[in-house]
Amino acid sequence: MAILLTKTTKVVVQGITGREGSMRAKFMRRLGTNVVAGVTPGRGGEEVDGIPVYNTVKDAVKNHGLFDVSVTFIPGTGLKDAVFEALDADIKWIVMPVERVPLYDILEMVAYGKQKGAMLLGPGSIGVNTPGIGALGWLGGSVEFANKHFVPGHVGVISRSGGQSGTLPYVIAQAGFGVSTVLHVGTEPVTGMSFSDVLPLFQDDPDTDAMAIFGEMGGSHEEEAAELVKSGKFTKPIIIYVSGAWAPAGMKFSHASAIVERGSGSTQDKITRLREAGIIVVDNPNEIPERLKELKKQGKLRVK
Amino acid sequence: MARLQEHEGKALFKIAKMPIPQGAVAKTPAEARQIAEKIGKPVVIKVQIWAGGRGKAGGVKFADTPEEAEKIAATLLGATIKGLLVEAVLVEEKLDIAKEYYAGIIVNAQATARCPVVMFSTEGGMDIESVPADKIALMNVDVIRGFKIYDALNLANKVKVPSAHIAQVARLIFGLYETFKNYGARLIEINPMVITKDGKVLAGDCRISIDDSSVIRHPELGIKVARESGTSPTELDKIAWWVEEKDLRGTCYFAEMNNQINGECFGTIGYHGMGGGGAMLGVDGLNKQGLRVPDFADTSGNPPASKVYRAAKLVFSQPGIDGYMLGGFMAANQEQWHHAHGVVKALREELPKRPGFPVLLLLAGNKEKESLEILREGTKDLNARIRIYGGERVYDTVGLAAEMKEMVLEYKKERKG
Repeated sequence: MAILLTKTTKVVVQGITGREGSMRAKFMRRLGTNVVAGVTPGRGGEEVDGIPVYNTVKDAVKNHGLFDVSVTFIPGTGLKDAVFEALDADIKWIVMPVERVPLYDILEMVAYGKQKGAMLLGPGSIGVNTPGIGALGWLGGSVEFANKHFVPGHVGVISRSGGQSGTLPYVIAQAGFGVSTVLHVGTEPVTGMSFSDVLPLFQDDPDTDAMAIFGEMGGSHEEEAAELVKSGKFTKPIIIYVSGAWAPAGMKFSHASAIVERGSGSTQDKITRLREAGIIVVDNPNEIPERLKELKKQGKLRVK
Repeated sequence: MARLQEHEGKALFKIAKMPIPQGAVAKTPAEARQIAEKIGKPVVIKVQIWAGGRGKAGGVKFADTPEEAEKIAATLLGATIKGLLVEAVLVEEKLDIAKEYYAGIIVNAQATARCPVVMFSTEGGMDIESVPADKIALMNVDVIRGFKIYDALNLANKVKVPSAHIAQVARLIFGLYETFKNYGARLIEINPMVITKDGKVLAGDCRISIDDSSVIRHPELGIKVARESGTSPTELDKIAWWVEEKDLRGTCYFAEMNNQINGECFGTIGYHGMGGGGAMLGVDGLNKQGLRVPDFADTSGNPPASKVYRAAKLVFSQPGIDGYMLGGFMAANQEQWHHAHGVVKALREELPKRPGFPVLLLLAGNKEKESLEILREGTKDLNARIRIYGGERVYDTVGLAAEMKEMVLEYKKERKG
């Protein structure tokens, strides 16, 4: 999807010399992403997989010009500073594959991002993958796995679970379909982009015919998506699964965002609202391929 | 759990120079008596547990004399209230209450907000959920600008706080926001905010939950398990948090839970899920087959094998389990061989003690072929019921749970006979 990633999108990786940063920078690059530079304070002058490393984002900009995207591999408690640095270097699209970020830090970076007119994906998002173009973050895992199981096609995928954002393309490919772009919104309690921010991008994407979504209890992503469809701002078919029907209230299920609180965010309530908006809700994600086949029969979904 | 007890919360209020009633914590009846003597007037004695509605449950009592305070403390300390053991009581001066207000701050994660929301109402002393919306003043805070004392004044003004104590009320709301921000709370409340008959304004009671990811910045709070839960942490929960805290690569999540089956229960499965979403799918499948799951475990985000091993050992250390399931209901982006190595090590330690034990291992995704090979090779000489599956069964929650049930029934029969 051109707004998120093209062959020429210029990418800087913050925290490129770390365990995750170096491994994922290589992955992104081998998948075709245009990773131009990396940043780690105190490691300027080094290289990671042939990618030059700078001490600051400003240094990187001085040598390479403005960047379109920053992907941040920074420990949770340091993320806010890295994101402010990227925003101050006029980067308008930031992908944050980082968990355990203090909540008030998230609020501050999201607010500053809004002020700067930037898009922030995550925190806690493993990223974006557009088959045939590349990836931001580590969605797709390895080059071998991504090339085999992320088949180009016309189903847009959004997930609240990192693991499931890899699994949906896998089962979609097995069913003979492909994906346009796959995106993980992130697992932290507050995220910079919600379903309702992402869906309009898929609405405008000519490669996307229909959506497959993995939802969860807690938060308000699903309710906001239902509102968007009701108001006519999203018109393509959506197939969604919402997990956690059995989950007791007040307990957090590893994802910081997956908590049912104060009587809101229950799976049952979400399913009711989604169905009221005319969205297809399945009881198990293994029903998604069947539903895609029905859409194909109705002429609503291209195969290739 | 990152929820603070009342006296811990009030200690933070004191740092923010917010007025609180005079008092202290007692762990013995004698201490309660000494505190009451020092206060020198009638006192209230409140159990310190992680639960709301303490008053209705008999956890809040009044005493006119130090002797009475000692007696009451003796009945409360060691008692179980709302399922929680009372280990401490808070002894405070009894307030002459004229009016009760409410102040609270939550985080609104909705796409239209993504900010703290400060709430204030002159209808205090009850759950804010039951207060009509027009009686609550609200403000979405722009965190870049911050929260100012006149914002607090505006909130108080909106619901017509009398001018006699509006400045004091605003100061408390302002202090509440400072505490919320400085300690990384995800929820903070003063309820009730008490207006006394002689015109003082104090924080009568408080509720504070610290955001799990902010706990690391505040060792002074002494939070043992930084995980939100409706119950206090069990011994295994504490060990799991220790594993997590010592190694921040990937996630090892483990929590015991009260999972009940509607209808007949055929067995209890030690459950080791992978990835929050996939892990939840698996519990759903097992429950539908009448298998109970006593824990929610999840290793994800590319943890090393050592962390996966510790998670598996925690799952096995639960008494009374009839099987172990590695529920990898996802085609993982992470290299799965770390999981394979960690699980094999745990199985090689645990299964020799449990002949015939049912084990179902599902692992799919990145480096799947190699990982399944590690599982097969590493378990082939073990005397147990072991089934290993990959990507072809990734969403077959029902089918795999049915196989698990079949193995559990065989195993239980064998053990009886």
